Amino acid sequence: MLAYVAKRVGMVIPTFIGITLLAFSLIHMIPGNAVEALSGERGMSPERYQQLSHQLGLDRPLRTQYFDYVGHLLHGDFGRSINTHDGVLQEFLTLFPATVELALCALALALLLGLPAGMLAAVKRNSVLDYSVMGVSLTGYSMPIFWWALLLIQLFSVTLGWTPVSGRIDIAFDFPAPTGFMLIDAWMSGEDGAVASALWHLILPAIALGTIPLAVIARMTRSAMLEVLREDYVRTARAKGLSWFSVVCVHALRNALIPVITVIGLQVGTLLTGAILTETIFSWPGIGKWLVEAIHRRDYPVVQGGILMSATIVIVVNLAVDLLYGVVNPRIRHNS
Amino acid sequence: MALLDIKQLSIGFGRPGAPLIAVDGLDLSIEEGEVVGVVGESGSGKSVTSLAIMGLIDAPGRVSAQRMELAGRDLLALSPRERRAMLGRDVAMIFQDPMSSLNPCFTVAYQLMETLRIHVGGNARARRLLALDLLRQVDMPDPARRLDAYPHQLSGGMCQRVMVAMAIACNPRLLIADEPTTALDVTIQAQMLDLLLELQRQRGMALMLITHDLGVVAQIASRVVVMYAGQVVETGALPRIFKTPRHPYTQALLAALPENNLGRKRLQTIPGVVPGQYDRPAGCLLHPRCARAAPRCVSERPALEGRPGSQVRCHFPLTGEEPRA
Repeated sequence: MLAYVAKRVGMVIPTFIGITLLAFSLIHMIPGNAVEALSGERGMSPERYQQLSHQLGLDRPLRTQYFDYVGHLLHGDFGRSINTHDGVLQEFLTLFPATVELALCALALALLLGLPAGMLAAVKRNSVLDYSVMGVSLTGYSMPIFWWALLLIQLFSVTLGWTPVSGRIDIAFDFPAPTGFMLIDAWMSGEDGAVASALWHLILPAIALGTIPLAVIARMTRSAMLEVLREDYVRTARAKGLSWFSVVCVHALRNALIPVITVIGLQVGTLLTGAILTETIFSWPGIGKWLVEAIHRRDYPVVQGGILMSATIVIVVNLAVDLLYGVVNPRIRHNS
Repeated sequence: MALLDIKQLSIGFGRPGAPLIAVDGLDLSIEEGEVVGVVGESGSGKSVTSLAIMGLIDAPGRVSAQRMELAGRDLLALSPRERRAMLGRDVAMIFQDPMSSLNPCFTVAYQLMETLRIHVGGNARARRLLALDLLRQVDMPDPARRLDAYPHQLSGGMCQRVMVAMAIACNPRLLIADEPTTALDVTIQAQMLDLLLELQRQRGMALMLITHDLGVVAQIASRVVVMYAGQVVETGALPRIFKTPRHPYTQALLAALPENNLGRKRLQTIPGVVPGQYDRPAGCLLHPRCARAAPRCVSERPALEGRPGSQVRCHFPLTGEEPRA
């Protein structure tokens, strides 16, 4: 297991270097260059241009710039936002909990519904239930998030008036946010109705964001389960006199989870991409919305830092998934 | 009364309009403590029959019988719950491929203790001791260490020993072994048969040994049921059935044994294959492959005749006086 962990962690390093290269080259891929982009339509005097180039370090050789950039990263310096002049890392850390809260709820929704739906569809193969689950999940998978989110708002917020349209909590509430997770902060504040308000704000964005992972997980669970149910050890488990429930939920599920966990890891990337749209539509103050605004304002240090950190998260989560794989699958644990 | 008593068992698959008959009118009885060999080529319905006894045939498979009783209980009338209480306790089964028959995600101890948990109960500590004792009984080398092993860390022979341990955990009255040695090395095969026979004698359980290897049957069975294309074609006690087979198919199977072909360049074979579930011929099912087929064999299907325990399904059974092929 230790060798397996070491191997997986070792593989992260080249990936990470690749990401820094990509994020670094971003600033050089802008049409014209970053300074021209900053100057906007009014133009800029040559002196000011020189000054800004020097300030951004763009007048030095590329290699020096890259090593400087990586050196700064290693010291936790992700640069400053051109717009707010705050540190990119600080801004990121302030907004990150909101995205995590949204993504976790979306993922929880996807797992809580997707796993049982996929299992049921596999067990009741070729039944009406199977076709319904697969049909609905295919629809969910094909639905563009922005459109789906707007439909949800139209129905639940506008027509029925059940849920708020945007934000994380009703503006009437005002309490300190030590964790940045609204549900936890609301609970800690002890204010009446705060948790309920936070929950009502969270529910639509979580559905919008969780739909694609839900569909993917349901379909993957179904196909993994169908494969596993044909295995000899399932027959052995039944021959022991185990109940159908134990056979499916213990013997089959444990094996079916192996591919499903991989897919869950990959969905984290989808969640972060989806968060950009979802947060923009629901005015959810997370890193997705932050990145979109940074792109609009041509705030390149923010875009650069945001990409770097989002990519890091995807890498770290997939590393965690690979390690979890070893826990679930004894063959990996012992054979590496 | 027989421990296992089956009359006119039929197993079909496919749609009701176009059924695929896997087993057709099979009679089988096994006495308490008896070792019965069920032999036949692939596709003759041996394994399906054993799965039907276990109640493991799922829809769209259909099982019907005039009578199907284990220890006096009607197997077809059991509720799913009663069936589960019986499986693993009164009747247990081991399968052909031991490596894939154990769940790769759970330890040997877990899988052994699970059987004990459902049927015996007791606390985990006691169950673990029982599991260890079971591994000793199946001659598992270094049993204490194997308890916490995963199946992929064991050899095929060791996996089959675990399967046997699991099967005998609750002292079943009938053990069904479906090709238990086919996937094992030749050197292990003999050990495995010895083990099964030893356990059978110690515990007085009945053993239904399914195999396509008459040599295996000769070693341990006291009675043989020969199946062909979903039907029983001959039953008889050993060694009579080996000395004077009455059905041409039994004779052909015996003639194909390597030990009966010493000095020949090629093994004798039975021409053709077992007819599929769609293309069963009219008349005797064997007639396209039978050297002795007569016009009557083509038109009329023979019935299983003779006294119980020694029956044959042939219009022209061998008498033992024909010149040897």
